[in-house]
Amino acid sequence: MRHLIDILDLTPAEIDGLIAKACDIIARPQDYAHRCEGKKLATLFFEPSTRTRLSFEAAMYELGGHVIGFSDAANSSASKGESVADTVRVVGCYADIIAMRHFKEGAPLVAAMKSPVPIINAGDGGHNHPTQTLTDLLTIWREKGRLDNLTVGFCGDLKFGRTVHSLISALSRYSGIRFVLISPEELKVPSYIKDTLKQKGLEYVQTTDLEAVMPELDILYMTRVQRERFFNEEEYLRLKDSYILTPEKLQAAKADLTVLHPLPRVNEIAVTVDDDPRACYFRQALNGKFIRMALILKLLEVE
Amino acid sequence: MTIDSIKNGIVIDHIPAGKAMALYRYLKLDRVECSVAILKNVVSEKLGRKDIIKVDEVLDLNWDVLGYLAPECTVNIIREGREVEKRRPHLPEKLVGVIECKNPRCITTIEQGLTHIFKLTDPEKGVYRCIYCESKA
Repeated sequence: MRHLIDILDLTPAEIDGLIAKACDIIARPQDYAHRCEGKKLATLFFEPSTRTRLSFEAAMYELGGHVIGFSDAANSSASKGESVADTVRVVGCYADIIAMRHFKEGAPLVAAMKSPVPIINAGDGGHNHPTQTLTDLLTIWREKGRLDNLTVGFCGDLKFGRTVHSLISALSRYSGIRFVLISPEELKVPSYIKDTLKQKGLEYVQTTDLEAVMPELDILYMTRVQRERFFNEEEYLRLKDSYILTPEKLQAAKADLTVLHPLPRVNEIAVTVDDDPRACYFRQALNGKFIRMALILKLLEVE
Repeated sequence: MTIDSIKNGIVIDHIPAGKAMALYRYLKLDRVECSVAILKNVVSEKLGRKDIIKVDEVLDLNWDVLGYLAPECTVNIIREGREVEKRRPHLPEKLVGVIECKNPRCITTIEQGLTHIFKLTDPEKGVYRCIYCESKA
């Protein structure tokens, strides 16, 4: 039985296989409409989410399966003090696969240690979000036709942004990737990620100036400064508007830049950017459903 | 200052100065019934100053604790007044139930009965990270 807790649980070959499967699903959706008949996905969301939970649910429905679960810890036994380990042992009696989001870092790993069914980490605090990373990789593949030899800029909250951490880990396994890390001083990438990049001999630069590096980028991955990650509201208010992408700033960018954002967006990308063909974030959200379909099939060992 | 020599026991030598009390606590030597001597700031040719712990019984030591807190130390096993074995600890691959994760966002802060586990991620610098949240020890 396999789980997906960290994107590095999957080999590059397995990721290539998931991308290929997702592309086949996009091309021939009718062939997959009954693959998971009789199977149930449990979505255990201890922290609110819209797109991740709905994309998991849509993915399972489009495979012909069913969905059970909760979307708020207040509606679960966690509010009565039940442990993560007990929750998954119980839910594992009812479902064939579990997608879990939790506000505590490492909760899905604890779940995987006890669960009788596959666990998918759907986000654990500011730590990892591997299915968003798969979504990002599928999107880069579909937009660029490759996952190597790219200059990738990450902009915004690089300290608490779990999508950023997971995508850097994943891309660091491909050749010719150059990372440009754009953030305020207070929201820089954690040292362990930089240590990993150094150990692998990968090139990265850190800057606070988005406009200065814009012309170099093949991919610009924007992120939201997340209020829920701050213990101090004042600090959040001071940093939340650090970077706002506008059509004016995009003028200096390459014609084939790919602008990504894991969503939800607040104001870090002006809505006037949405009509620019380089804005790929809504296509990215759609890709999330297809790659989760591919992942569910893989973990359920359904051909 | 003189401390009686040991007939059967353990001498943990070459402990970096200042670390003996932490080792004493983590090795749970406060719970043993035999005599334990802690020597602090002993003059050392190699280290300048060092700490030493002498235990008047041959106990099973937690080598993970020794390797994590004082990988430079040497452990001498004494039987019938003679040193019969000299060992050095190694940095353990995993620390199970030795130290606790300090990250307030880690699942270990709320999950009942969950053992704190750390993994050696950088052997050169001796860096350990929580297996759950990847925070540094």
